Amino acid sequence: MTIKKIQEEIVDEFSMFDDWMQRYEYMIDLGKSLPLINEAYKTDDNIIKGCQSKVWVHAELQGGKLVFTADSDAIITKGIIAILIRAFSDQTPQDVIEADTGFIDEIGLKEHLSPTRANGLVSMVKQLKLYAVAYQTQLNLK
Amino acid sequence: MAFDVTKIRKDFPILKRQVNERPLVYLDNAATSQTPQQVIGAIVDYYHNYNANIHRGVHTLSQEATDKYEQARIKIQQHFNAVKAYEIILTSGTTHSINIVANGFSSLVNKGDEVLVSAMEHHSNIVPWQMLCERTGAVLKVVPMSLEGELLMNEYDKLLSGRTKLVFCNHVSNALGTVNPIKEIIEKAHKVGAVVLVDGAQAAPHIKTNLQELDVDFYTVSAHKMCGPTGVGILYGKEELLNKLPPYQGGGEMIAEVTFEKTTYADLPHKFEAGTPNICGGIAFGAALDYMNNIGFDAIATYEHELLVYATERLLEIEGLKIYGTAKDKTAVISFNIEGLHPYDIGSILDKLGIAVRTGHHCTQPIMDFFKIPGTVRASFSFYNTLEEVDVLVEGVKRARAMLL
Repeated sequence: MTIKKIQEEIVDEFSMFDDWMQRYEYMIDLGKSLPLINEAYKTDDNIIKGCQSKVWVHAELQGGKLVFTADSDAIITKGIIAILIRAFSDQTPQDVIEADTGFIDEIGLKEHLSPTRANGLVSMVKQLKLYAVAYQTQLNLK
Repeated sequence: MAFDVTKIRKDFPILKRQVNERPLVYLDNAATSQTPQQVIGAIVDYYHNYNANIHRGVHTLSQEATDKYEQARIKIQQHFNAVKAYEIILTSGTTHSINIVANGFSSLVNKGDEVLVSAMEHHSNIVPWQMLCERTGAVLKVVPMSLEGELLMNEYDKLLSGRTKLVFCNHVSNALGTVNPIKEIIEKAHKVGAVVLVDGAQAAPHIKTNLQELDVDFYTVSAHKMCGPTGVGILYGKEELLNKLPPYQGGGEMIAEVTFEKTTYADLPHKFEAGTPNICGGIAFGAALDYMNNIGFDAIATYEHELLVYATERLLEIEGLKIYGTAKDKTAVISFNIEGLHPYDIGSILDKLGIAVRTGHHCTQPIMDFFKIPGTVRASFSFYNTLEEVDVLVEGVKRARAMLL
């Protein structure tokens, strides 16, 4: 499925919620079900610097596609990463580079985009894109 | 005058606000306090009627603004009981105040001298001294604290010596609420000839500080934590010490005479007040002190203690909740965590319920490291909070716990 299609799916799911409680409960559930990152990758190098919670992201290329794994010590943050991973993992680096991120606004997570939120959603998206750029550069060199 | 919280709340327009479709419950007072109509009125009055630059204009507006600004300085002097009004330097806030002293002492401290800080300082009362030590070769030593969040005074005694040049301590800890025994700290420091700076940012909103009685050398306050505006605060310093300190910033206002060969500095307080100050802010700070004194600091302290006792008791009902900072003498600040939960998650859910708390390390990473936690949820109360708001907080935390666990 394309990134765009997956994002539409996520927006559809979120549109079924009536209030913030349901939205948060869903994110908490997503956070709890996020496949954990391999402990070996939970290194300080893989930490995305956010002020309040720790976020680790690892990326690797499998058959030409980028696969992201991640973890956080805060559960809501983990839920947000789970959504991002669903939208961007298992795609080619080029597609991740070009992907639009407007769906984050549409699912009511806009408040988490503010840099003062300090949960690093902005940094997370940036980090995923940086990984994509790095791997694409590697592919181009081959 | 009897303390009437319902009446007091009417003075604060922001308390009528809704956040996320719920009545705002503002419990982040240790970060910044809210502003009563009386102070907002003073700000509006300034811009409506006599906005002008001070200390140099011959025209009427400038005279009026200068008079009001200097009257505010006298109000501040009287409130904190300083000997002279010119010992009150108006700054942009506590951080600025501390930096004036730390910078000034660079030329007064030598290699091998010792500088003591308490284990529960805000970053703003650690970093400037680390920088001072880097510049001068002085050694930074830390006065440790107990698990309750009280300074270990016997360790302090051991650290004090003839080498101790400076001692820094907050009056009240922003993360734990501990009221430190600063009178004893000051007396002991003076016996070895050390100079003491007390960061009063968290104490001034709750305790009426008497500078002469404390015999403190330097004391710092931020107006925005005590019903005043942001961007203004004070550095109090004893006259002889302020005279010894070199100026921090050069510019207009702080000079007596300037030629390209030599500049002589102005007298106190202007030596440390380069450039156009926050005139409106200074005047509004005076109005904030009037407002709080009108309610009365004794009444405020009694009421806030009641809030602290009730909130502590009710929060402890919650399973797995642990309070950090259980000193015998503390202000109405409660830092807590719930077993298995990240403070950020709790804070996010409380926000959705209209409850404003602070989460994180509160600019006190050494304290968090001491307790081996990433941060806490901090509810900090003011005299305009109510017992009912404590109940809303407790219900909110219970709900967050149920959602997150």
